[in-house]
Amino acid sequence: MIAAAAFYLFAAVLIASAVMVVTSRNPVHSVLFLILAFFNAAALFLLAGAEFLAMILVIVYVGAVAVLFLFVVMMLDVDFSALREGFQRYAPVGGAVGLVLFAELVFVFGSWSFADDVGGLRLNPTPEGVDNTRAIGRILYTDHVWLFQLSGLILLVAMIGAIVLTLRGRPASKRQDIGAQVARSGSVNLRQVRPGAGLGEIGIERPPVEAPKPVKQVEHHGHDHGGHH
Amino acid sequence: MLAVGLAHYLTVGAVLFVLGILGIFLNRKNIIVILMSVELILLSVNLNLVAFSAQLGDLTGQIFAMLILTVAAAEAAIGLAILVIYFRNRGTIEVEDVSTLKG
Repeated sequence: MIAAAAFYLFAAVLIASAVMVVTSRNPVHSVLFLILAFFNAAALFLLAGAEFLAMILVIVYVGAVAVLFLFVVMMLDVDFSALREGFQRYAPVGGAVGLVLFAELVFVFGSWSFADDVGGLRLNPTPEGVDNTRAIGRILYTDHVWLFQLSGLILLVAMIGAIVLTLRGRPASKRQDIGAQVARSGSVNLRQVRPGAGLGEIGIERPPVEAPKPVKQVEHHGHDHGGHH
Repeated sequence: MLAVGLAHYLTVGAVLFVLGILGIFLNRKNIIVILMSVELILLSVNLNLVAFSAQLGDLTGQIFAMLILTVAAAEAAIGLAILVIYFRNRGTIEVEDVSTLKG
């Protein structure tokens, strides 16, 4: 009874926060409501007995994905109100498509039943007396190890892709160029110095100073790279 | 076994899915909210998988839900990376201008 009440509470909050994600004016509020939705979905997972997935949902979605969204929303200096034009215009179409889709889903769920021998068709029956995490671990690393490896590969590709996409080499940054250091000649010389000789005797050797270039007449172009409104 | 029956979970999943689709339609220009709507859709799929897994006593659904979770995280990272470079190039995130990137 309490479980049922908790289910209805969490489901109601989940759907309400999903509505707020979709309709909120400010994307930061959208992200925060998304976090609330993830927490409530984790609670629903807990009620269904999937404790490990619930914790993973909190860690991965709230801890990583939602924070990533929050970073991007706050980092981009975008006029979000301009992005909301057309909200009213698309609302009827979206509502119609949503209604049709929901009706279809209701039809599917309404006219469907389990097979008679559904119990025998299970691939990995939940073992008795074993907690959820241990049971998942038993099959994840044995029967479904390829799925596990595939997840790792997907994450690796996503990581490399995200880095390659967003990395920009800055020409202004000062970094060590080992090849140039090793290849240089002429600017380094070795001298025999009497032991104990200080700088007062031998002096400081400096690289030869190049003659200053004639100063060019600096023209003024507008340095407008765009993007800063 | 579930506390409230499979149909309740499926209903919540269906509502969540439809809300995600609706979000894509409503926020045609704001790709950040579109990505969040896609996350909602994937969450609803996960909810269905977990509900069936609990109803049938079959752990395979939870394994698949973990795979979907992974794919959703990767998709969010790649999508936001593309969004960031698009913003860097164009100074806006309006999705309708993206077709100008065609060669």
